[in-house]
Parts: sequence; C-alpha cells; structure tokens
Amino acid sequence: MSAALATYGLGRRFGSKWAVQDCTLSIPEGRVCGLVGANGAGKTTLLRMLAGLSTPTTGDLEVCGRRPCDDVAFLSDVGFLAQEIPLHKRWNAEDHLRFGAAMNPRWDDDVARERLTALQIPLQQPIRTLSGGQRAQVALALCLGKRPRVLLLDEPVAALDPLARREFLSSLATAVADGDLTVVLSSHLVTDLERICDYLVVVAASRTMLAADIDDVLASHRLLTSARRDASVIERDHVVLQRETTQRQTDLWVRLNGPVHDPAWQVNELSLEDIVLAYLGSQHPLEQKQQLGTVAS
Amino acid sequence: MMMFRLAAKSNVPPYAQLAEQVRQALMTGVLREGDRLPTVKEVVGSLAINANTVLKAYRELEHEGLVEGRQGIGTFVLRRPDGPPPGTHVLLARSLATWIAKARKAGLRDADIESMVRSTLTSSTSEEATA
Repeated sequence: MSAALATYGLGRRFGSKWAVQDCTLSIPEGRVCGLVGANGAGKTTLLRMLAGLSTPTTGDLEVCGRRPCDDVAFLSDVGFLAQEIPLHKRWNAEDHLRFGAAMNPRWDDDVARERLTALQIPLQQPIRTLSGGQRAQVALALCLGKRPRVLLLDEPVAALDPLARREFLSSLATAVADGDLTVVLSSHLVTDLERICDYLVVVAASRTMLAADIDDVLASHRLLTSARRDASVIERDHVVLQRETTQRQTDLWVRLNGPVHDPAWQVNELSLEDIVLAYLGSQHPLEQKQQLGTVAS
Repeated sequence: MMMFRLAAKSNVPPYAQLAEQVRQALMTGVLREGDRLPTVKEVVGSLAINANTVLKAYRELEHEGLVEGRQGIGTFVLRRPDGPPPGTHVLLARSLATWIAKARKAGLRDADIESMVRSTLTSSTSEEATA
C-alpha cells in the first residue's frame, strides 16, 4: 500500500528552538492517524508543514506524492482544520458553502449540505450564534466539501463537550468509510483516538517517539513486573521505555522484540493510554531499525 | 436490526467485541439466518469507530462461516454458531434469575454471588476434566 504522507528527516526551527526534529515517518493511504503528544511537542508545526503552511528548515516531505510548498494544485488535495476553527463569525453556514464552492475546483456541494442538514445545523444563522459543536461540524463539512485526499485536523475536539465530541468523530468516521481519504488528527485525549484511529504517531519534545499501526502497538508493548530484579537482560533484548523500582518490586514498560524468556517476569497487557504515557516520559525516540509496522502486513 | 456496543475500558480489542456480539445475537436468536448485518458505514456512524475495526470483525465472522458478504448489498447471516437452540438461553436465564433472587434473600451480596459463580465455574470444569 502506498503512503499518503511521508516525511524524511523533517525539521523546523523557530529562532534557536527546534519545534520538530529529525521526523521520518510514513502514513499509509486510507488510514486514520492519531497524533499525540504533550502541549508544545511539535504537533501543530508538523501538521502545518504537511498542509504546506509552514516551510521545513531541514529534510523533506511528500503529501499525495507532491511536495506541499511546490505546487498550487496541491491545495485541492488537502483539507486543514486549524485548532481555533477559523470561520467568519458574522457569516452564516450558507455563506461559507458559497465561498467554498467558489474557491475549490473539486467542490461537492451535496456532500457538505447533506451533512449539515442531517445534523440539523441552521444554515441561515450567523456562525457566532452557533454552539462550539455546531461550528466544528460546519468547519468539518467545509473541509469534506472540497473532497480532499488528505485531511489534517489540529485538536478538532479539544474544545467540545463529550456529546459534541462523539458526534464530530462519528461524522469523521463516516466520511472515512466513504473511502479515498487519509486523516491525521492531533489530540491529547487517547480514549477518543483509540476508537477512531488505526495508526498512531507519538511526539515528545520535538521528537517522533513512535509511528505504527495501533494493533501492532498494542501487541508489542507490555508491562513486566517482578520482585526486585536486575533488568539488564531485558534491556539487551527489548526496549525499556520506563522503569519503576521500589524496595521490593521492579516494573518495566517495554517494547518487545520477541517473547520474554525469563519466567520471573510477569507479563501484563497495556492499554493504549498507558503506552502513550510511557513514551511521553521516555528517553527513547523512534529509531528506524526498531520501527514497528515495517513488517509485511 | 442489531445494535452494537463497545466497552470503553476493556482488554478485549474492539473488533473482537463486535464479532462476539454478533455470535451472541445469533445464539440468542436476535439475529436469524438471512438477516442483514448493519453496514460498515452504519456501525462506524453509530459508534464513531474506525471502519477497519468493523471490516475486521466481519471478516472474522465470514472466516468462521457464520456470515457472508455479498458485493454491494451487505453482509448476511448464513447460520448459527454451534451450540444449544435459541430457547435454551431464555430458559436458563429465567432459572438463574430465580436462583439470584434466592441468594440475595439469603443475604449474599452481588460480589459474593459473582465470586461463587466464578469458583463454581472453575471447580466444575476441573471436575469434568478429571472425570
């Protein structure tokens, strides 16, 4: 399967500070990729580079087989929804739809309109009178109306209440089920991502910690616990992301490279949230040779 | 039409939860031969989950020979999984409810009942195994 998005040693510096460093990853076509990381980890900068809104300082990237900054035609392939949901507050949804139709060569008015009608969002009321959830849905409908091949969403549900969040993700999941769309969405709510995403990228302190299929992530990460014990054998065979040692007990959060042979270690499954947390506190950025999901699937 | 649910905190992967719910619906008679399963898009929309999760669950059921995907029409039930006939579950559930009422009346808490069920399950399987 070909990659919809790929980056090679991508980096972006603001002054003396690197927002994104040495980021190499590839996201297959048709996937829904969750991008997680603490605030300031570089999620927004990465998304903006993928959208062609920010020029890389180092490295290269390809979106739908094109370099975002090279080519105006690229814009029609990509939908980008910024975190602050930039709509015109005095315009109504109808105005936005007309604007979308005028600005986008592949505009599909039916797609956008059907969504808003199904959600009973008033088309004639100014945006400022709509709820946060309704605004997010209008913005999503506009993004989908342009029929992008790649949709980039920056914290789309962060400001929404749980019900609006569920409705937004449901709209998004349905759009992906219609086919021919790759999505990258950033969030720090792992529970939201777990349902809707099938691919995960974890960034921490401008570095890419993990980029893999979620099924592979769940299958290859375990918590090893034992009565206090030396961990050097485990460290030789596997990647220890985090450890906690008390007087009596040793806990290791581990990315496995195979089975654990020492029966003294009790092997426990980890939830996706636990795995993400282990990476956010870890010192082990992604190394190419350890990259998951490169195994033929 | 059957409705799917997903447990938020569960060690069972979502696709396995969906597949098991179809099997249960077949066992209890909620779904019958020839019934159409919800389309991928319907499930995706109602649960806000990834389409591949649903596809994976349906593929597993297809592999077990319980359902069949028909191009462009949908996924249809072929047969029930092997097991007791549909009425059995209802009858057993009724007598269990009577038993639970009796246990509560005798002063058992729900936690006591659960641990009794668990220990009886394990002890009776080991008896069968040694028998």
